Amino acid sequence: MAERPEDLNLPNAVITRIIKEALPDGVNISKEARSAISRAASVFVLYATSCANNFAMKGKRKTLNASDVLSAMEEMEFQRFVAPLKEALEAYRREQRGKKEASEQKKKDKDRKTDSEEQDKSREEDNDEEEERLEEDEQNEEEEVDN
Amino acid sequence: MVVGRDKCGEQRLVSLPLSRIRVIMKSSPEVSSINQEALVLTAKATELFVQYLATYSYRHGSGKEKKALTYHDLSNTAEESETFQFLADILPKKILASKYLKMLKEQKQEEEEEEENSNDDESDEAES
Repeated sequence: MAERPEDLNLPNAVITRIIKEALPDGVNISKEARSAISRAASVFVLYATSCANNFAMKGKRKTLNASDVLSAMEEMEFQRFVAPLKEALEAYRREQRGKKEASEQKKKDKDRKTDSEEQDKSREEDNDEEEERLEEDEQNEEEEVDN
Repeated sequence: MVVGRDKCGEQRLVSLPLSRIRVIMKSSPEVSSINQEALVLTAKATELFVQYLATYSYRHGSGKEKKALTYHDLSNTAEESETFQFLADILPKKILASKYLKMLKEQKQEEEEEEENSNDDESDEAES
């Protein structure tokens, strides 16, 4: 829940960068225009959320999902956003899959590492045993000499 | 397409902060929970919206010769475009104070005239 009204604002620096990248180079954007677009963006989020929530309710679901947001865009007459959003969703899913695989790989590597460490340990133990045997042998030899 | 970069210099999917987007979404009382994909998509959609609102207002605006985007261009968009109609309340058309006072005066006069008329009606009724 938002504690203060400014919690509902989006960061001006990011908004300004998005506007600048969308417009031709050298266009002057007045300060008033920037804050107006920023406010409009917050209202857009609320509008989209409300529309998406209607679709979730129709589907008797409590959690908003990706398809609710896509349906909301159509309802709001922002069909032009649907294709790029689907692309972004694919990219996001690829990224998540990549992360999951990476963490699984990491886990595997870790397991392998502990395995090899254990092997090293047991090898060391073997060495100890060998040394002891050698000592014994030497002792035996000495005894033999004595005899 | 706007892409942000994180600290490692890798391309990020969205440049708007997801935590802030979530706070705004959650400020809507009927929303109980939002999954991560819906959050990412809403953030991305907001970026597309900012781009679209800016370019649309610039192209249809008056500042093209001066290479400028002004508040006036935006409030014009909200008033004239069907798609951006929902912004009309937060992007009201600006008018001069003198013009507004004149409007108020005219409104008052109209009301007074109406009152006079209704007074007339009442007196008519009283007479009949």
